[in-house]
Amino acid sequence: MHLSTHSEALPTFSIDPPEGWADIGFRELWDYRELLYFLTWRDVKVRYKQTALGAAWAIIQPLFMMLVFSLFFGRLAKVPSDGIPYPIFTFCALLPWQLFAHALTESSNSLVGNQNLITKVYFPRLVVPIAAVLGGLVDFAVAFAILLVLMFYYGIVPTWAIITLPGFVLLAVMTALGVGLWLSALNVKYRDVRYTITFLVQFWLFATPVAYPSSIVPQKWRALYGLNPMAGVVEGFRWALLGKTKAPGAMLWVSVAVVIVILIGGLYYFRRMEQEFADVV
Amino acid sequence: MSDIAIKCEGLSKRYRIGESDSFKTLRDVIADGLASPFRRLRSTFRNGNGSSPSALSPSPEIRNPNSEIRNSFWALDDVSFEVKRGEVVGIIGRNGAGKSTLLKILSRITKPTTGRAQINGRVASLLEVGTGFHPELSGRENIYLNAAILGMRKAEVERKFDEIVAFADIEKFLDMPVKRYSSGMYVRLAFAVAAHLEPEILIIDEVLAVGDYEFQRRCLGKMHKVARAGRTVLFVSHNMTAIEELCPQSILLKNGRIERSGPTHQVVADYLTSTTRDSAWQIDEQTDREGTGNARITRLELLAADTDAPISTLKFRESFKLRIHYDANKHLLDPRFGFALLSDKGERVFQTETTELNYRIPAIEGVGSFDCVVTAPNVLPGLYYLESWIVEQMNVAFADHLYRTARIEIVVDPARQEQLTHLTYPGRGRVFMDCQWSQPERTDEVYAGR
Repeated sequence: MHLSTHSEALPTFSIDPPEGWADIGFRELWDYRELLYFLTWRDVKVRYKQTALGAAWAIIQPLFMMLVFSLFFGRLAKVPSDGIPYPIFTFCALLPWQLFAHALTESSNSLVGNQNLITKVYFPRLVVPIAAVLGGLVDFAVAFAILLVLMFYYGIVPTWAIITLPGFVLLAVMTALGVGLWLSALNVKYRDVRYTITFLVQFWLFATPVAYPSSIVPQKWRALYGLNPMAGVVEGFRWALLGKTKAPGAMLWVSVAVVIVILIGGLYYFRRMEQEFADVV
Repeated sequence: MSDIAIKCEGLSKRYRIGESDSFKTLRDVIADGLASPFRRLRSTFRNGNGSSPSALSPSPEIRNPNSEIRNSFWALDDVSFEVKRGEVVGIIGRNGAGKSTLLKILSRITKPTTGRAQINGRVASLLEVGTGFHPELSGRENIYLNAAILGMRKAEVERKFDEIVAFADIEKFLDMPVKRYSSGMYVRLAFAVAAHLEPEILIIDEVLAVGDYEFQRRCLGKMHKVARAGRTVLFVSHNMTAIEELCPQSILLKNGRIERSGPTHQVVADYLTSTTRDSAWQIDEQTDREGTGNARITRLELLAADTDAPISTLKFRESFKLRIHYDANKHLLDPRFGFALLSDKGERVFQTETTELNYRIPAIEGVGSFDCVVTAPNVLPGLYYLESWIVEQMNVAFADHLYRTARIEIVVDPARQEQLTHLTYPGRGRVFMDCQWSQPERTDEVYAGR
């Protein structure tokens, strides 16, 4: 909805009963990009305003996880780390993990959390979970600065592979959005979904090579391991930044394929369910 | 280009009762899913033969085709109308008549169950003032956020920013979080943003029911301008003065249907004097009641105090009679009847009982009724609910107690509307008292105290 007063052709739209599968409506989404920006901006701003620690929170979380993991898994349990110093080995994985976990949790709860908007104003509902996911990128950027400091400390110079990093960030975001779309739509309809999210994130963390390398998984199962898209993302991060591990091969492609399926399915499922959101939320 | 802005054809919306307050849980769905094969298995065993008809008997919901119908109601039922470009149309009706549902469908917040509508032009809807305001953010930040939510472009907000701030009159507090605003400031800011929208079609639901009188005048003035600028406006309000002032045409909704449409003064007059059919509430079936059940309230009726003619809306300061019908299945000695008037927020505005007025009922049995005449009630116009009860005097227990039964609307008599419109503005409290202003004469006694 552009609200300029001088327009040649007025938009015409019709209001019809719910249809089965609606198209995704990328065009309309693009028209609402400013709303997307403002909702993301609101989420970030409010989060930083409400916590006493503000932006420091984005650093503290992965930093403490790193300390605990380094002590218990690295030092005491002697988990292998592909020849990389354990702290940076795990921190490098915690970054995309935190991005993913945060984005997933926020987007899953986003529709219920924004019900006052959904019941009062029209806009493409997809804006809500997408904004929730994008909000996590700011935290990610802050924590990324710490990673650079750590890399400097350990004298790790990134190779040319670092140019692929945005691709892995995108993959993490798409995974979070794909799953988040499913869960946010389900969350509106079934209110106990919310309680499964914490569990899901925890469970997923242990299934992802954050505290351990994926090389402990036997070679023949490695591609299957890629069914967890975050495995591909995390190993991709290590490869792109630290340059010591091998590039994730088949595993990564399986991850990409899985993400595409989840995301497209999520988009359509969301669009289908969205027609009743305002009535149930 | 077509000169029709909004065209509705047979719009209907069905809601399932209780849909919004009892959520399904995934657990129930999974449990049902797991249980159903066992159920089928069990019935198979019971019949000894898998192909017997009862083994295939469908779930109770399907077996009883009426259950779906009984558990749902039509909030909007076959509504068709057309609004031409530049028309300003008022939508009136009691609460629950379907006004909000209609606006929600036309604003694309919810989908109709059947029927369709065609909209030509960009729509902005104000179903609430300050949608999306965040208490932690400053006034400045909220202007941008709220404007984006309402569909305004950032460039446009920047252009109108000073105008919005001036309209809201909050220059000094622009960088303060809105959680520290007074409610007046909050509403002014919210409306100021909304007032600067420039869509072709504006849908407004009762947003004027907030703010102080002076500010309401300003909002009405602003809306007048909007209307004159050739925009199409749909305006819902309980404030008949505002409707008459703004909208040449109106639609009266009742029970989800269009009861009447046409020139506003006719529709409003119709609405105010309308229908005797709603004057009674059959509450036999109401289930949210408490008590021993030895006697039940079956029906409440509103009647004119002098003529006993049924009335549906009460006029401010006009006497009325409440008739309470009961059905006692035991011989009850010394029962007490009572009722209370609750505000729409649930505050008790007034209550009375038979005994406190020295009206003694020796006993009741079977069906019957009692009347209570209320003379010139001083309750301000608005929406109220009736609570009613019967107490068994012997053991001081409720025989029957209904919390929110009938909804009563108290309105200003159209004939006296000119003098009394200020009574309908919210935030005025609930009662009116006769009073008179004057200045004391400067007599010696006044000075004597010095």
